[in-house]
Amino acid sequence: MSDPALLALNLAEARAGLARKLFSARELTAAYNDAVVEAKPLNAYITPTPERALAMADAADERLALGQALPLDGIPVAIKDLFCTKGVLTTAGSHILDGFHPPYESTVTEKLWRAGAVMLGKTNLDEFAMGSSNTTSWYGPVENPWRRPGDNRPLVPGGSSGGSAAAVAARAALAATGTDTGGSIRQPASFCGIVGLKPTYGRCSRWGVVAYASSLDHPGPMGRTVRDVAILLHAMAGHDAKDSTSAPVPVPDYEAALTGDIRGLRVGVPREYRHEGMRIEIEIAWNDAWEWLREAGAEPVEISLPMTKYALPAYYIIAPAEASSNLARYDGVRFGLRVESDSLEEMYELTRAAGFGAEVRRRVLIGTYALSAGYYDAYYLKAQRVRTLIARDFASAFERVDCILAPTAPSAAFAIGEMSGDPVEMYLNDVFTVPANLAGLPAISVPARLLEGLPIGLQVIGRAFDEETVLRVAQVLESAASFRHLPGFVAGGRS
Amino acid sequence: MALDKATVAHIASLARIRLAEAELEPLADELSRILDWVEQLNEVETSGVPPMASAAAARVPMRDDAVTDGGRREAILGNAPRAERGFFTVPKVVE
Repeated sequence: MSDPALLALNLAEARAGLARKLFSARELTAAYNDAVVEAKPLNAYITPTPERALAMADAADERLALGQALPLDGIPVAIKDLFCTKGVLTTAGSHILDGFHPPYESTVTEKLWRAGAVMLGKTNLDEFAMGSSNTTSWYGPVENPWRRPGDNRPLVPGGSSGGSAAAVAARAALAATGTDTGGSIRQPASFCGIVGLKPTYGRCSRWGVVAYASSLDHPGPMGRTVRDVAILLHAMAGHDAKDSTSAPVPVPDYEAALTGDIRGLRVGVPREYRHEGMRIEIEIAWNDAWEWLREAGAEPVEISLPMTKYALPAYYIIAPAEASSNLARYDGVRFGLRVESDSLEEMYELTRAAGFGAEVRRRVLIGTYALSAGYYDAYYLKAQRVRTLIARDFASAFERVDCILAPTAPSAAFAIGEMSGDPVEMYLNDVFTVPANLAGLPAISVPARLLEGLPIGLQVIGRAFDEETVLRVAQVLESAASFRHLPGFVAGGRS
Repeated sequence: MALDKATVAHIASLARIRLAEAELEPLADELSRILDWVEQLNEVETSGVPPMASAAAARVPMRDDAVTDGGRREAILGNAPRAERGFFTVPKVVE
């Protein structure tokens, strides 16, 4: 098969092609290595690993030849550069991790390699996963492969998993890992026209994932189709004794959950999500989806999540508070950047001043303030109490419905620099995604339609550990939407 | 909640981030804007509501208090900006 034909396959198709020996893992990986080079102007990768990819592909080919194929044998994936990869530069998009080569492998990536997947490289992200536009990376912004029709300005891919989303959309990776603390898998998936799943908190181990806000960080899969993320999630999920918040529950066969049958399912539509700032086109897409699910036999139920508007402000206390504590480890002593000085105190201060970008500094300072004497109750505890109420909103909704249908983001991708620079304006991107992080619930974004030539996604939120319903409903939406559009740039060409 | 320059300087010293004098004013503005926006949380009645620290099960798993890993000094020191004779080294702190 030609390179463009190989790159056009989704994960499930590539898996079938490898099994039937229509092409080898080496051929598929070589095509993707070339695609990574071709997509370089997007800046989606910080560190491509082409030689390692070919070596992994050769090992997969040996197993395929012996008829001992592993579930992901020969599947080339990109890894968000927040996952530690043994011996491979891991940056978290930050200057402060300069030169860091982890001596260990994260649990999630270890599971992927044990399943036979091939590592194409490490993808760009907002610094320490703090951002919704992938513009805060020390390694420069990522460009979305989509452009507005008749407008050549580069657009953001969303964030923080912007490199992963752009790579998958541009066919420079077959699938990718991401992490989602406030929307960082789902919002870039929506902006780039791909599928992204934030699993239940505890479903995928956080061990070896550079921490941003530990109680909100969720590793998860990103891919071209719902089936692709179901396949990837199966390999990534599972209990890990090295993460004390990892859930000791069995991992179901997610692909088997994709039956297409949602008859009788009750789908909640939260009235508070119809907020004033939402683009009318997004509301139309949401209404269409409601209709699609009804036609498939599901029953839409209007629900109320009254605490919705308080999720973002609660998040912007809790996440920075946890970040200020997690990022205390970057002190110039054990790894990464060090700015020398004669005094230890000054060495810390100069290292952290030089190593952290503006958004990271802002969040560390907010978090330090919220945790400081005299303000802890007023900010941090207050936000945690509101978090309880948000989780209760979902709990009572799930007494009446099986899942919730919502928009993923209030807009499509915007141009780099189009935002005012007011941090709060950027934070509002996460208005529909943050609640599921606070409650720890599984949520997926699926491309629904184009808005002025750009993709927008819809979100399905489920009960804790019920990724199966989320995936099943998402696939029904995917079939009904039949979103076949391609971005302006794809590796191998659009034909 | 408006933060003044002195408060920002104090927070920055707690966070061990050196800020130049010229950075204090703009940061005070930005942080104050964020905190003003967060103030809306005060509209929510939360008396008697317990704080939620995590979505994970409340019971922390226990394991035997035994060594499960170790002996990796070289690997751990391998990323240190400075190390000597098996130790991390820092500027002198004791005269």
